Amino acid sequence: MASEFAVEMRDVVKRFITPEGNEMAAVDHVTMQIKNGEFFSMLGSSGCGKTTSLRMVAGFEWPTEGEVFIEGKAMGHTPPFQRKVNTVFQSYALFQHLTVYQNLAFGLEMEGAKEEEIKKRVGHALEMVQLTGMDRRRPKQLSGGQQQRVALARALVKTPDVLLLDEPLGALDLKLRKEMQLELKALQQQLGITFIYVTHDQEEALTMSDRIAVMSKGKVQQMGTPVEVYERPANKFVADFIGESNFLEGKIKSLSKDEASVFVPSLNAEVVGMPISEGLVKGEEVVVSIRPEKIRITEKDAKNTNLFHARVTNTVYIGADTHVYVDVNKAKVKVLEQNRISRLDPKSFYVVGQDVWLMLMPENTLVLKKD
Amino acid sequence: MNPFRRSPFVIVAAVLVYFFLYAPIVGLVLYSFNASRANVTFEGFIPAFSDRVVMDGSLVKSSPCGPFHWYCDLAKNGDVAEAAGNTLTIAFTATIIATVIGTMSAIALQRYDFKIKPFSQLSLYIPIVIPEIVMGIGVLTLFSQLFGWVNEVFNLSGDARLSLGMATVTVSHIAFMVPFVTLVVQARLQGFDKSYEEAAMDLGANEWTTFRRVTFPMILPGVMSGALLAFTLSLDDFVITFFTNGPGSTTLPIYVYGLLRRIITPQVNALSTVWILVVFTAVLALQIIQNRESKQHS
Repeated sequence: MASEFAVEMRDVVKRFITPEGNEMAAVDHVTMQIKNGEFFSMLGSSGCGKTTSLRMVAGFEWPTEGEVFIEGKAMGHTPPFQRKVNTVFQSYALFQHLTVYQNLAFGLEMEGAKEEEIKKRVGHALEMVQLTGMDRRRPKQLSGGQQQRVALARALVKTPDVLLLDEPLGALDLKLRKEMQLELKALQQQLGITFIYVTHDQEEALTMSDRIAVMSKGKVQQMGTPVEVYERPANKFVADFIGESNFLEGKIKSLSKDEASVFVPSLNAEVVGMPISEGLVKGEEVVVSIRPEKIRITEKDAKNTNLFHARVTNTVYIGADTHVYVDVNKAKVKVLEQNRISRLDPKSFYVVGQDVWLMLMPENTLVLKKD
Repeated sequence: MNPFRRSPFVIVAAVLVYFFLYAPIVGLVLYSFNASRANVTFEGFIPAFSDRVVMDGSLVKSSPCGPFHWYCDLAKNGDVAEAAGNTLTIAFTATIIATVIGTMSAIALQRYDFKIKPFSQLSLYIPIVIPEIVMGIGVLTLFSQLFGWVNEVFNLSGDARLSLGMATVTVSHIAFMVPFVTLVVQARLQGFDKSYEEAAMDLGANEWTTFRRVTFPMILPGVMSGALLAFTLSLDDFVITFFTNGPGSTTLPIYVYGLLRRIITPQVNALSTVWILVVFTAVLALQIIQNRESKQHS
């Protein structure tokens, strides 16, 4: 391969004119480098610019500013049919007037492949997605999951350098979606093709990706491995969007080389010893973020740091876990307790009104800039 | 008890509607077998073998075609054959051209945004809502002015002179057919997801191949029903044809009108019956295509 990066977006801006005549940046100075063979996800809610970014790589949209590179080559206004990338569409976009075989053969015919070769490659692709024997069906005669596989096979049969997937599992039911997530990941590893995957489902992104770009309002909020974006979110948006978090507003009381202490008015106490991130200054208004599963509840005062007296206000049993809602002074905090033992005996668990102690482990607690 | 019990009013209304819709047609078909040449009262079918005296005392000669006497008569009528030929020639030519133009404009209106788009969209309805006679006079004025001017400027004489005929009828038919085709194809395109075209391009097809292999086959049912609608409109058209036809371009409606001014023989009924059958077949085909289309859509 000529280039280290399969796809690179350099300072890309895409502006649209809204129906009201206003200019809106759907993608706002986005820079991304996607390595060869990587499973890369763009994650964000609708309107965050993830699909527009993908469409610019595919060639359906051209950047207003900046440049998209594929295999090191600047794409400029290269039309989609001259790019060595293929797309799996959210709606599948299978040609209804053609059979499954004809759908797959379409892309190969465009390359001018011989009939023998088309037959071989289509057969191979159908085998790969476990649809052998379905080649004479029409898309309408297939289930949603099967249609999804045809869409995947139709793109893969072209052996693209990069496969673009626009929420391909969005229309499937939960169980099938989970199966397909693992299958897609296995397929990607087996083929070694770069996948760029667009989704609004954080769990899906975490399950499959090597790296994730979390996007919001046309900008990349954070780029990193699933562990990085979950454990070290760059800002409050990422912490909130990926997983769940308790946010406590406060002010930096003291700041050392690698630790920060924050006074939180709603706790009427200080949270100490937290790892710091770049750009924080003493006295700054910040947000202390801690994930519900990372808080420990104890019944006794362990005389530890970051230990706060709390009262249970509600418990919600949801099978694998129980959500415990507590009041700490004026702050409301959610704690997630795994049900490691049977909760059949009510005495085995916290009851509403019970006094408990919350322990915030400093290494699991983050100081984030207020946004 | 069924709360939606059928009211007697509904039955009466239904009977009346069907009576007024179909009684004239049934009568028309029945009279095409009439033994009476005057065709005012029905005097029985024409006998196949022996002559027969009818009520008013006149003699009905037997005919080798039997009750289908007037149809045989019709078949021997060279003028009818010519008029039918003209009608079909005009309808086919105009349909093909109007379908191409209508489909192209539907796609353009769907795909592109341009300043005069609202005007273009609105202008499609003008030929539909405008009284046909106004349009007929309009095109007649246009053609006679234009032809007069051309003939004078180029000093044309004899056969070279431009005059009303097949061409002017065809052009006028195209003009009123295009909006119908455009609107029908537009309705089909409304549900057309542009990701089909994007998928085709993504798989390596250029714009033309995308249209030929994906877009066109997918909108074909809409194009076909638009074409059939236009075709039946052209077959039926009287008013505009009346104003724009010339010698040698008599169509069936014009021919029938000509007959009516002289004498109404059952031959006219026979001709109308054949005609109804042709149009009915076309409408049936249209319906079948539309049914298949709606099934594909669901």
